[in-house]
Parts: sequence; C-alpha cells; structure tokens
Amino acid sequence: MNEMRPLLKAATRKSDALPLNLSRRSFLGASLGALALGVVLPAGGRAFAQEAAPAIVPGTRVNAYIQIQPDSTVLFRSAFIEGGQGIFTAMAQIVGEELDVDPTQFVVEGAPPGPDYTLIGGYRFTGGSMSVRKSYDAMRQLGAAARQMLLQAAATQLGVPMAELATQPGRVIYAASNRSIPYGDLATAAAALPVPTDVPLRAREDFRWIGKPVARIDIRDKSTGKATYAIDLKVDGMLYGAVQHGVRLGMEPGALANEDEVKAMPGVHSVHRLPGAVAVLANSWWRARRAVEALQITWAEAAPGSTVRVMPADYSSEKHLADLKARTGDGLAFETHGEVGPALAGAARIVEASFDAPHLAHAQLEPPSAIARFNADGTLEVWAPNQAPEMFQADAAKVAGIAPEKVIIHSPILGGFFGRHFLYQTANPYQQAIILAKATGRPVKLLWTREEEFLRDALRPMSVARFRAGLDASGMPVALSAVTVGEGATGRWFGRTADKVDSSAVEGIAGKVYAIGNRRVGQIHVDDPAIIGFWRSVGHSMNDFFYETFFDEMADAGKQDPYELRRRLLADSPRHRALIEAVAELSGGWKRGPFTAEDGTRRARGVAMASPFGSEVATIAEVSLKQGEVVVHNVWVAVDPGSIVNPAIIEAQVNSAVALGLSSALLEEVVYEGGVPRARNYDGYPILPPDRMPKVHVRIVESGAPMGGIGEPGLPGVPPAVVNAASVLTGQRIRSLPLSRSNLTDMAG
Amino acid sequence: MDITINGQLHQLDIEPDTPLLWVLRDELGMTGTKYGCGVAQCGACTVLVDGQATRSCVTPVEAVAGSQIMTIEAVTQDPVGQKVVEAWVSQQVAQCGYCQSGQVMAATALLKQTPKPSDEDIAAAMVNLCRCGTYNAIAAAVRHAAQA
Ligand code: FES
Ligand code: FES
Repeated sequence: MNEMRPLLKAATRKSDALPLNLSRRSFLGASLGALALGVVLPAGGRAFAQEAAPAIVPGTRVNAYIQIQPDSTVLFRSAFIEGGQGIFTAMAQIVGEELDVDPTQFVVEGAPPGPDYTLIGGYRFTGGSMSVRKSYDAMRQLGAAARQMLLQAAATQLGVPMAELATQPGRVIYAASNRSIPYGDLATAAAALPVPTDVPLRAREDFRWIGKPVARIDIRDKSTGKATYAIDLKVDGMLYGAVQHGVRLGMEPGALANEDEVKAMPGVHSVHRLPGAVAVLANSWWRARRAVEALQITWAEAAPGSTVRVMPADYSSEKHLADLKARTGDGLAFETHGEVGPALAGAARIVEASFDAPHLAHAQLEPPSAIARFNADGTLEVWAPNQAPEMFQADAAKVAGIAPEKVIIHSPILGGFFGRHFLYQTANPYQQAIILAKATGRPVKLLWTREEEFLRDALRPMSVARFRAGLDASGMPVALSAVTVGEGATGRWFGRTADKVDSSAVEGIAGKVYAIGNRRVGQIHVDDPAIIGFWRSVGHSMNDFFYETFFDEMADAGKQDPYELRRRLLADSPRHRALIEAVAELSGGWKRGPFTAEDGTRRARGVAMASPFGSEVATIAEVSLKQGEVVVHNVWVAVDPGSIVNPAIIEAQVNSAVALGLSSALLEEVVYEGGVPRARNYDGYPILPPDRMPKVHVRIVESGAPMGGIGEPGLPGVPPAVVNAASVLTGQRIRSLPLSRSNLTDMAG
Repeated sequence: MDITINGQLHQLDIEPDTPLLWVLRDELGMTGTKYGCGVAQCGACTVLVDGQATRSCVTPVEAVAGSQIMTIEAVTQDPVGQKVVEAWVSQQVAQCGYCQSGQVMAATALLKQTPKPSDEDIAAAMVNLCRCGTYNAIAAAVRHAAQA
C-alpha cells in the first residue's frame, strides 16, 4: 500500500469543479437555519466554482470542514472515515487544540467527495495508516485559521484591535472590558472572512489535548446502540433487497424455475437478474432474503470474453499453493544491497527455508450494504460503507451512466473495515443497489447476508516466500536472499507493470533494518485467481511473519540467541535497538525459555520486529501448548510512531492489531475447493474468540522521528513472535499458517 | 401477534417464524440490535428475553410472544444496564462499536443473574465475537460494572 498514491491518478482525480453534493449534504442542510461558519459555502456553491474554477488546496478551506453551531459546538467534516480506529476523536483533538474548542464539543462526520478533502498528496482514502500523519499539519493549520477568523470577527464587533483579544475554549475573551463572546455568536461573521494563512500554531508544551489520552467522542453512542452504520439507514419509500450470487465468480444466472412462486411470496416486489447474481426486492429484508434463497436458479458458466474475472471450476487453495511453491528462480529484484551471490558462495553455512500464508477474509462484523436513490433533480445518492469516497463516486457514476458530479456519496461510520471497503469490482454491493434502483424507480437498500459476504469478499492474497541465508564461521548472517511468490493487492487494483515489483508483495521482507551486508529481495508474480484486496497491514501481515521466523532459523543455525542476534544486527540503528530493548524490558527482561510458569505450564517466548507504515514495532509473545494448540498468554508491544496524538487510542489499536494478527496466526484461512470457498459464515471461518485473547502490554516510544501510522503497525510482529515462541516448545520450525492446521506437541512431552 | 419490547406492547402482522432480530430492525426501526452472522455465531444480535441473553437472529418472533424483551434501546432505563453502560464508557471499550450493543446486553444479563461474577463467570458469559479485539477492555468493564 505504500506505493498506492502515484497509482491512484487514473482512478480518482477530479478537482476542477466543486461537486454538487457540497450543497446537498445533511451537514449543510442541517445548518441552513443556523447562523454558522459554513453557511456561505453552499450559497457560493457550484455555479461560482464552475465560472471561476479557483484552485482548491486540500485542507485549507475552513468552511468545507468546520461549522460552528449557535451553541458553539463544532460540526466537523472529516476527510477520513471512522471505522473503529478513532480517527474522528483524533480530528477533534487536533483541530480543537488550535481552534480552542474542547474535543467533547465536536460532532464529526465523514466528508463528501470533493477536492477539499484529498489530503493524501491530492488523493484520499482511509487506509495505509495514513489518516493522522498525512493530515496532522493541515488540520492544525485549519483549526488555527478558523480561530483567527473568529478573533477577527470579534475584533470588528467590539471595535478593538485583534491583538487585545484572546480565546478560551469555545469563546473569545476581551480582558480589558471583561467581556466574552461565545464562538456560536461569531460564526456567521467569521465564515464570511477570507481564510488567513500561516497562522502561528500552539507550542507543543501548551497542548491540552494533542498527545493526551482524550476520551473517544463516539464512545457513549457506541455503548448504547445509537451509533448509526450503513446497515441501519433508511430512506423514505425504499425497497429492501437481497441477492444470491453465482458460487463461482463469472457464472451468470440462467433459468429461474420457480420465479412465479417466489414472486407470490409475502411482501415480494420483484425479481431481478444482475451480473453474476439474482436479486429479490421486497417490503422487508427478511422477506427479500427468504425469497431469494427460495429461488431455484440454473447457473450458466461464464461466457467466453466475460468482463469479470472468472474463477476456474477446478481451482483449489491446495492447487494454487502447490503452483506458488513450484515456481523457481529469484524473481524480479526489488531491493539489493551488496553482492548476495558471492557472499552466499563464500558463506561457511547456508540456511534455507520456504514459508506460506493463506488467503484471509476481512470478516468485519458489519456485513456490507448500500442504499441507492435517484432524485428528481437527476442526482443519485448512495449510502455505502467505503474507505475512498471519490473512487466510489467515479464508479457509481459509471454504473448509473451519469456524470460524477451528479453522484452524492454518503460515507457512514464502518462496523469494522481492515481494508474491506475499498473499491473492489465484484466485492461491493452498491453497484447492484444502483442497478436495482434504476430498474424500479424506487430507492433500494441492499444488504448482503454473511454468507454472500464470505462468497464475495476481497481476500488477503496467498503467498509463498523462500529464503536462503549465508552465515560466517561465527554464525553471523552475511548474506540473505529472499523471494516472494504471488500477487500484491496494490498491483491488482492500481496497476502493475511487468518490469516493476509491486511493493505490497514484498513489504515486510524488503525494508528490514538488520545490518546484513549482502541482501536481495525479489518477487515472482503469479496471478491470484481469487479476488484479492487490502487486509490490515497488507503485505506486512504475512511478509514479516516469513522474514522474522526465518530470522530465528538463522539464529538457531548459527547457535545465537534470536534476541541477542537482533540486537547485534541493530548496533548501528539506535532507534530500533532502543525499541527492542524497550520491549524486552517491558516483558521483564528477555528470556526465551522454555521455562515453567507459576501455573505449571511450560512456556516460551518469541520476539519479532517490523517497520510498517512509517512506524517501528518490537513484539514479544509468550506461549504454551495445550492439547495440540498454542495458548498465547502475553503479548508485549513497544511501538515507536515518532510522535503521537492519543496514547489511549494507540493502546486500543495495538490491542486490536494483536487480536487480528493472532487470529490470523492461530485460526484463519479461506479454503477454496472446486472454485468455491468452503466457509460461508463464522462457523467455518473461525475468528479469535474471547477466551484466546492474551494479555496485551503496550509501551509507546516517542522517538521524535516523522509521525508514522498506528492502525496497522501492531499486527505484523504478532504472528512471527507467536510462531517463534511455539517453535521453541515444539523443537520444530513452523513454516505455514494458520497454526490450527498443525497438531503441535511439546518436545518435552 | 403481540410482543412486549422494553415494556411496550406491539401488535404485529408478520409471518410468525420471522426472526426477532428483523422484527426489531425493520418492522420497529430499532436498529441498535445488530446483524452479524444470522446463525448464532457472533452475538451481535443479543437481546434479553425474560432476563436471559438471547441471540435474536435465530429466535422466531412467535417464540417470544408473551415474554419480556429488552433491547439496547432501553438498556439505560435498567439500573444494571445503566451501570454496564457507564463501565463501557469509563473503560473506553468500543472501537468500531458494531458488536458492542450485543456485548452490553450480554454483560447486563450476566450481572442481573450474577452481580459479583468471578473471572470464570465472566469468561463463560461473555462469548460474543469482536473483530476489533476489544476483549480485554470488555472483561475489564464487566469487572468495573460489578464493583460499581
Ligand atoms: S447475528 Fe445473531 S449471533 Fe450473529
Ligand atoms: S468493536 Fe468492532 S467488532 Fe467489536
């Protein structure tokens, strides 16, 4: 995902005109009666933008983001979507700090598509753990500019120089006459002022909210069922839709044997053939679902020249894995350092191993849904879980056959995402909702069952990695050659060129920090027959597992302690060395084991490092074995994101990443047989249950390096730390995930 | 058919085997109770039926006619539920929040039956899935609520 930005060009850019939807959203609709910062925007609106087409610098137009209500609370439009990672709270902290408004006084919602919000180098998506680090400076400037506008408005109103005014949270203060004006009273006048530039920012030592464990602003609503997700939305006059997809991608619906009977079922409105699916619309979702599942559909194989990717009938995970393993050679080079060939030739000892990791499902708890509504004015409104509103807008326009400016995308909060809600053709329900709304002239709310979701999710790719290392006579690694085999998600969706390695296929093997003099990382591209996508921490989710477990194999072959060997190879890298020492200290001092714990279990520990998404992470896991399964007791994580916004949210995100990483290591794999995934619900695709959650201990290290990401970095170190620990107990290396495939026994018996 | 939800009687004209979950969400507009799996695997749809934590996605509405049903919408009107919610807030449990209605209802059922649960009681009762991995915070919040 690191290289996504340059590749996005074709997919999104649209900044020549202000999208129509700026004037239509609830954000502004709600404010029309309120005298508030932001009201001037819709009035200027699209006509103005089309005539003058002023270049919009993303993240600078205060009124596109901030609307101060009469009661001085702030309605804030976030460029990034909330899906559990705490971004809405982070935005309230960052903007509130400079605007001088307590984060508790913020209401935050996802912003519509538009050039104001393309904060990631002219593009926008919620992913790559980029939201805070890519917008931090701009959002501080924005808050500071808005505060200055309020001060200016107050100065005019009071007829005093601005320099004599100050602010307290939510109000301007004129000390000389002991007066104070709430922001809400100044908002209208302030909104009409030009946006000042280069307003001085607060000094770090004066921060009240940035860097503090500020409470999440969404917590009470999420504890009382009031938080509203896409699945909860309703529009007047809508029909409910359910679908049945062809089990193999590419299949098309043929005859419907009992169509008339199904049409006569209670509440059924109509039956529709869609590309690769059949839909039933009804007056409730349950009726639609029951009806669509009652349909007796004859499925036809994909026609030659099918425009979707066809899943072969003889495809199986086992076969694909065998295919990946059979590929030989060193692949296309991605990273080289020194001369790996001669160094291997001259090595005292060679260590070799090959690893694999399976397809994974996102399995976010909210199944995907979408509402589509065509309006009388020719616009189309779409409510859909999404991590990239501009991309969805462009695609929805294509599906509807209208101009992108006529598509209004609403981006509700997400019931988990982990990479699920990017634009993946065939994996999102909103196209179907648009087709159905168009066909019926009614708004349609389409919801996929959990079973359809498991059938059509975009999976973490399957991958194989081969390593070859050379050790010198003292057991120190002097050369390391690695090759990954498979396909990266970035290349799949944003374009791949045959002469260039997709970084998402090698990240986590490339970019490692150990001082091994001669290194080469290569990649062999093999098309993945499945629909693949971004899964929390992307390539790192498996590549760090491959590398860091191979690292322990090198250490064992050279008769070195794996922690000490890492420390030695980080001798010239103080940031990383400090981090691995921090995690060791956090765990009470490094000990590999095996040792006997107080409860009598025989335990061991494993360590791993990762450098994902601009942050640095060191992880230690402590495990025992019980009835052939790994029990993880503790996970210690030291994370260095450079600098931070909210330590409480970081700790929560690390807990979450540990859970997902552990789930993938212990339990998860999508298995295809005959072109069909075996599991269609959580019973066949188990995810980490509460009783397998370890204690998680987090230390945040602020090294002062450039700000890194938080949502994903806690994950990649977990599978290798767990597997390295388990291998100590079993006495055998484990090279394939998930661990549930193996019956693990303690070599001590 | 008559059913009583949060103390209020509702008259429904609906197929009797419709799952309670969809009656709540689509017929009555009470969307706080969530759909996650539909097959009693995840617990996102947990409500209380006569005080028992119940997975509403597999509970036909006819089976609960005559029972007292409590959903997340009324949780703060219940003294135990209110304590649970305050604990969920103070422990900052939620991430995406999607599973949390079900978690709060499961915790409320537990503490109504066992006001001072042991760690084993908590582990036995709090079995709903959370893909965001808030399990440690959930256990901490249940302990917190039990002490409140
Ligand atoms: S939706 Fe009922 S248990 Fe998952
Ligand atoms: S908080 Fe996201 S599923 Fe539990």
